[in-house]
Amino acid sequence: MQETGLIIRALMRNKIGALLIALQIALTMTIIVNAIFMIQDRQTQMQRSSGIDEENTFYLTNTIFGQDYNIQAALQTDLDTLRKTPGIVDAIQINAIPLSGGGWSSGVQTEMGEDKDGVGTAIYMVDDHAINAMGLELIAGKNFAVTDIQWRQSGQSTWPDKVIVTKALALSLFPDDWHSALGKTIYISQNQRIEIIGIIKQLQAPWNGWDGVERSMLVPFQMESKGSRLFIRTEPGQRDTLMPLIEKRLAESDKGRIIRRMRTMEETRERSYQRHNATNKILTTVVITLTVITSFGIVGLAIFSINRRTKQIGTRRALGATRGQIMRYFMIENLLISAVGIFIGCIGAVALNMWLVKTFQLTPINVELILFGIVALFTVGQLAVLYPARKASMISPATATRTV
Amino acid sequence: MFSYYLRLAWISILRHWGLSLLMICAIGLGIGATMTTVTVNYLMSANPIPHKSEQLYYVQLDSWDVNDPFDDGLNPPDQLTYTDSTNLMKAAKAFRQNVQAQAYGVIEPADKDLLPISVTARANSADFFVMFDVPFIFGSAWSAQSDLSKEQVIVLSKKINDQVFGGENSVGKTIKFDNNLFKVMGVIDDWQPKPRFYDITTGAFNESEDVFVPFSLIAEEKVRRSGNTNCWKPSGDGMAAFLAGECVWTQFWVELKSEQEKQDYMTFLNAYVQEQKQYGRFQRPMDNRLSNVMQWLENQEVVADDARMMMAMSFMFLTVCLLNTIGLLLAKFLGKASEIGLRQALGASKSTLFFQYILESACIGFAGGLLGLGLSFLGLKGIESLYGEYMQGLATLDIPMMVLAIVLALICTVIAGLYPTWRACNISPAQQLKSQ
Repeated sequence: MQETGLIIRALMRNKIGALLIALQIALTMTIIVNAIFMIQDRQTQMQRSSGIDEENTFYLTNTIFGQDYNIQAALQTDLDTLRKTPGIVDAIQINAIPLSGGGWSSGVQTEMGEDKDGVGTAIYMVDDHAINAMGLELIAGKNFAVTDIQWRQSGQSTWPDKVIVTKALALSLFPDDWHSALGKTIYISQNQRIEIIGIIKQLQAPWNGWDGVERSMLVPFQMESKGSRLFIRTEPGQRDTLMPLIEKRLAESDKGRIIRRMRTMEETRERSYQRHNATNKILTTVVITLTVITSFGIVGLAIFSINRRTKQIGTRRALGATRGQIMRYFMIENLLISAVGIFIGCIGAVALNMWLVKTFQLTPINVELILFGIVALFTVGQLAVLYPARKASMISPATATRTV
Repeated sequence: MFSYYLRLAWISILRHWGLSLLMICAIGLGIGATMTTVTVNYLMSANPIPHKSEQLYYVQLDSWDVNDPFDDGLNPPDQLTYTDSTNLMKAAKAFRQNVQAQAYGVIEPADKDLLPISVTARANSADFFVMFDVPFIFGSAWSAQSDLSKEQVIVLSKKINDQVFGGENSVGKTIKFDNNLFKVMGVIDDWQPKPRFYDITTGAFNESEDVFVPFSLIAEEKVRRSGNTNCWKPSGDGMAAFLAGECVWTQFWVELKSEQEKQDYMTFLNAYVQEQKQYGRFQRPMDNRLSNVMQWLENQEVVADDARMMMAMSFMFLTVCLLNTIGLLLAKFLGKASEIGLRQALGASKSTLFFQYILESACIGFAGGLLGLGLSFLGLKGIESLYGEYMQGLATLDIPMMVLAIVLALICTVIAGLYPTWRACNISPAQQLKSQ
């Protein structure tokens, strides 16, 4: 290792060149570590389950425009037809779709009164078939009975007295023990009593960016409204064949309405996370391009410095230095430059992360990622310098005897 | 002399083609990435109505819950209650004013061969069109009188007029909208402000509506409203109770010609809120706001965080590319030490040498800029396909952006070339000649 001192002295003679490489490595590390962090952050969000059987479900919008239309009877006919169709597990009318971005929310609270604190929750208006139709898991209590279901007029402000909540909502209301929420009375619209009769494991709200995304509530309402959605679950593998058939059948059975926006839950997930996905792809491109540029920079400068030192290298070889020793010289040189760059890069990565946390409310970075960045950049540096170093080691000792 | 230096630069670039190519690629990538993100930011923060943006003001009043302020008390609610916007409309204290909300419905063409069309609609008052400079192909806006007498009138977009009337002048004809017959008053040309400033609450980059109908028809239940509705206090059953309730779902814009008018209007708003306090409303401290178009867009954070973050990243990316270029230029110029020494010995002055090498850097920068332009074009295409509808129309390069790309590339490389050139020009000729 006595040559390290030698290398440092040689480096000091061309400070600027080495410093430029070190700065490049530092900035690359700063960006890469933070970019990977943001990619991971989005990835975890995207991997959260919605609680629904997404593979086998789809939905459509039913817009009624006909005059003197019996909405209640038509909905019943639709649901009966759908539920009887072979291949369909179950179907419901629903006011909003998880992950779709549009829906209803309301505050619920454990104490009555205008000045009491509440928690926000997504509201899904459904009937007693919801748990089966969406593929939810009831982990405590019971489902709605047919007699619990009420008709809701548009603009109605009163609520039914029974609800089913998600485990996450139960935990927000009763932080000590979610299980204790069962059978409790809570209040909606500040002073209307509702009783929790069941708890489901998971059902996400329609808004994927909301911090209360796991808080949802099933309300036993059928809506007497001119625009509503039908949510349908099929037997595994049957969805794609059934979708066009159902669209056609519903459209033809009734001319007083339009059936549109037929969409699978998988497509909804894709659309919901489209921006996440896009940002991740762009960030990945940035990470790759940046690594390539930096390594080319290392290669370019190494080749240049080797070309300039051809004679010296030849002399060293003539004086008995082995090929391995020449190679090692350039590898260690790169290691030293990388070390400086990575040291600055660590500071930069943390600083950039702090700025991102402050400006965009991101979460702070974890140490593992910084460690990963350190290892990755040392590796990139060593790999990049490998080719020039090998080239240097091939310089023949005879070069020393030639003039220029 | 200039063309001679250009030729020298060309020869030098060709001789070290590997290094030159590396530099051009690095600058191209840096410029490409930067221009892609700058363009997206530039279009997101564009002024959608430049000649009037200083005269149009969005009105906010803090009608929210005294116990649980809207937005933690940082901003008043982003929309107004029906009560307030209709009161302000009636008062008519501004030069022009307009109340609006998002709506929807179904159009049934008279031609039975055509299928019913589900349309997006804007329920607005008459001055919407003149305030926001909406271009008409046929006819014109409805009158303020039509708003008051709740006439069933409609303005169609070009798209709907093409679909239902085959693109001909349909003014005066009737169209069936949600089971009611509406009289067509006008047809507007393609109109898509970006951002769609007049209603940020339902998406700043959404498409403008298919049809426009009088706002006053919402209360008549002839137009179905949609869009964001936020309530803090439960309202009773039915439409009348909902309209009288404390839900915010309407947007209110005023046009004010001068600073004086703005101050007068603010005084009026304060007096209005003071008066409403007597009825037990507006229990929060007075916080009325008038924001002009650009202030409103900024307040609503129309430029997405994603876009700003990407832009910051891309500038760092460009810096890496430039550091790369400085290193490579340094390598290249110092490699020519003997040539420089020779030329100095033959009488070339430092300034001519300096000019020549800077010119060589600029050539590389220009080539890099062109490459960057191509790459940013591809980058924008990529962004458009990745983001889909959200970025529709936000990913186009206009002439100022193209010029900016080239200029940025030139400036960056010339700056990057300064230090290497300075080092090259300070080579002592004697030493170089000695070693020959």
